[in-house]
Amino acid sequence: MIPELGQFVLILALAAALLQALLPMAGAARGDRVLTASARSIAIAQFILVALAFAALTWAHANSDFSVRNVVENSHTAKPFVYKLSGVWGNHEGSMLLWALILAGYGGVLATFAARDETLQARALSIQGAVAAAFLAFIIFTSNPFARVFPAPPDGLDLNPLLQDPGLAIHPPFLYLGYVGFSITFAYAIAGLIAGKIDRDWAAAVRPWALAAWVFLTIGIGLGSWWAYYELGWGGFWAWDPVENASFMPWLAGTAFIHSVRVLEKRDALKVWTVLLAISAFSLSLIGTFLVRSGIITSVHSFAVDPTRGIFILVILAAVIGGSLLLFALRAPLLNTNARFDPVSREGSIIANNILLSVACVTVFVGTFYPLFVEIMNGNRLSVGAPYFNATFLPLMAVLLLIIAPAAMLSWKRGDIGEAMRRLWPVGIVALLVFGAALFVTWPKYVAAGLGAGLAFWAGGGAVLDLINRSRVRADGFAGAVKNIAALPRPYLGMNTAHLGLAIVAIGVLGAGIWRSEQVLFMNPGEAISIGGYEVTLKTVNQAEGPNYVLERAHFDVSRNGKYLRSLPAERRFYPVRGMQTTEAGIWTSLKGDLYLVIGERNEQRGAVVRAWYNPFAVWLWIGAGVMAFGGVIAALPRRALKESMQTVQAIPEAAE
Amino acid sequence: MIARRLIFIAPFAAFTALVTYFAAGLQRDPSLIPTVLIDQQIPEFDMPAIEGYEVGFSSADLGGEVSLVNIFGSWCIACRIEHPLLMELAEEDAIPIMAIDWKDPPGAGAAWLRKFGDPYTRIGDDFAGRVAIDFGVTGAPETFVVDKNGRIRYKQIGPITPQIWREDLEPIIRELRNESAQGDPADSDIAGDNIGSGAGG
Repeated sequence: MIPELGQFVLILALAAALLQALLPMAGAARGDRVLTASARSIAIAQFILVALAFAALTWAHANSDFSVRNVVENSHTAKPFVYKLSGVWGNHEGSMLLWALILAGYGGVLATFAARDETLQARALSIQGAVAAAFLAFIIFTSNPFARVFPAPPDGLDLNPLLQDPGLAIHPPFLYLGYVGFSITFAYAIAGLIAGKIDRDWAAAVRPWALAAWVFLTIGIGLGSWWAYYELGWGGFWAWDPVENASFMPWLAGTAFIHSVRVLEKRDALKVWTVLLAISAFSLSLIGTFLVRSGIITSVHSFAVDPTRGIFILVILAAVIGGSLLLFALRAPLLNTNARFDPVSREGSIIANNILLSVACVTVFVGTFYPLFVEIMNGNRLSVGAPYFNATFLPLMAVLLLIIAPAAMLSWKRGDIGEAMRRLWPVGIVALLVFGAALFVTWPKYVAAGLGAGLAFWAGGGAVLDLINRSRVRADGFAGAVKNIAALPRPYLGMNTAHLGLAIVAIGVLGAGIWRSEQVLFMNPGEAISIGGYEVTLKTVNQAEGPNYVLERAHFDVSRNGKYLRSLPAERRFYPVRGMQTTEAGIWTSLKGDLYLVIGERNEQRGAVVRAWYNPFAVWLWIGAGVMAFGGVIAALPRRALKESMQTVQAIPEAAE
Repeated sequence: MIARRLIFIAPFAAFTALVTYFAAGLQRDPSLIPTVLIDQQIPEFDMPAIEGYEVGFSSADLGGEVSLVNIFGSWCIACRIEHPLLMELAEEDAIPIMAIDWKDPPGAGAAWLRKFGDPYTRIGDDFAGRVAIDFGVTGAPETFVVDKNGRIRYKQIGPITPQIWREDLEPIIRELRNESAQGDPADSDIAGDNIGSGAGG
């Protein structure tokens, strides 16, 4: 009964989304205020309907209703309750429904605000409704989550054990909050193009939404890589897997957008470019979904290998992206700007940032799709892999780290690079020392990594130094400094926080990506290896039974210089229902680095395969991602309008005195 | 001015090219990749018997008559779904069914067959999963139709339901039985060096 209700409200939601797409747009075109105003109530109604449908599916999963196919295929009575709930979106149909729910949710939240420009808001909600209608139709016609099976089987087929994990339970919702959040910026871009109105008010209306999406996407990518790190058991945090790239490309475009929209908001410049980025960020989100859903590029994540769905999504993509780019081609040439600025200025540095991020995004795009391109050409299957991305992407990031500190110190309109450098020299010296020290420690293997470490200190130190200067801690004392920091314009404070976060991430990437050490060998109980300065001894290997798996658990003793430090277990699980194996790596995390142990197949004569890694600074990756996201939150907080407009314009000359 | 216009059209043009390219990509179903083995000679293999059985299963056992090669495992739930149908086919002597016991711990396959019945003519033990890789197996159950010349002619992914048997497999088998044992000389030289290479990549 409840699944049928879910199906029913889902169809109603599609009807509501169609109304939401059509009525406000017609109202805006004809100047009919009643129709225009209907956007807000319809958007809220659509959200409630999709939420009810989602609740119905959640009910079916929570109660293990095996008459619903989606539950049969993705659940099992032996599964812990939490994973029954996360199983709602751990599969194709449910994840699409979650996507639709979040899309409707963003529209619903936007609708609760009384916007200054009602027509613009109504048009944006209408675009949102159109996108929602497309996705709801996709769900209803190709991926019905409420389909029944008769007769109902006695038990389900289990959730993929790889996916039975707290990291997986929470990272897709965050990713989706990020992906779908860009639908608002997209909708505003289209609405602005239709109205021919892309200006400072437009930027002010869009910026918090873009930041929210960016913060969620940052957290989602961070959680996703954390999950891959501890669950997949290969000691790495990022594989340039197509699905990872799919989330990374909108992030890069979104990062460029939150920078350029700031120029638009302050200086009424970069209109065309900002609109193009708004369209790109959401388009890349859609392409990201498309990648996963169609199985066009297979990888560990693709759980919906089905070309008919792919064709449906392709039509949605062609309509949404193609339509918006066509509109862009027609309307964007009409956008004019009178703002002038020096190449050496905040505007100029943000353009440099945008160029670097866009080129980085294109390199990731090419690396992701090149294998498919080759396959279509001549049928060969190949993988581009990390070497390509390291050779193309990392140098771009190095340049970004090099310019980020002085660039952030330039003032609007006309900056003074010499002045910025004069203030940065202490950081420069520290960065050179770090570079030298890193070279000294790792010579001659990791020259590039030493350079990277120097750059990371340069970028992060620049952000910290700037905040210290602005806190006027020497003049005002500690309490005064905290007050001064809190009084800084929120976007400025957020920017420096996020830049610091980026530098911390860079340290983590260098440590866990380049300086890591690895050993693979057969071990019998009693044998020891040394890695990362630790001695690791295999004590015992024994077998046991978990709730829906059997496991083999190895106990390691970790010591340093003969002194016992702790015991570290590592597991290998076998899930009989799916015939799948997973590894539960033994990870000892500290700020200095992670000791990471994995137990593999056992061989009667030679013992068990043990893989051991030492990943220096690995945890900094996720700390840095958290700091970046926090910076985004700060920047998105409602600004204190008066204070900000006074301070930002005069901030640089003031601090320079 | 025209150059300026072109710049604004560029994103749309690039996207149109991309969609064309995606459309071409969607013509390919990644799960069908192992079909490069279709019409190819079966890979060479010689599997030992599973625990409690005398004879194993080797590539020499195939050919001469149309037969099925079924991939199963005691851990595979979906195999249980098709199992009654296989039992029925065996009782009717409809077709010889060979089996690859895939990634089963010693003894598990035999215990499973004692419990649910044994429809198989021959069973090979593929604990390491090597032979399954050569066959391009993506999961269990999977069933290959092998013709009189020992070539793979059809692959069924997932359990054989009575409908699939009636509508897909039975007609194919009937057709293959009418083929001559030498087969088409044009086809026969396809088999050779590249056997199995598609499955590994």
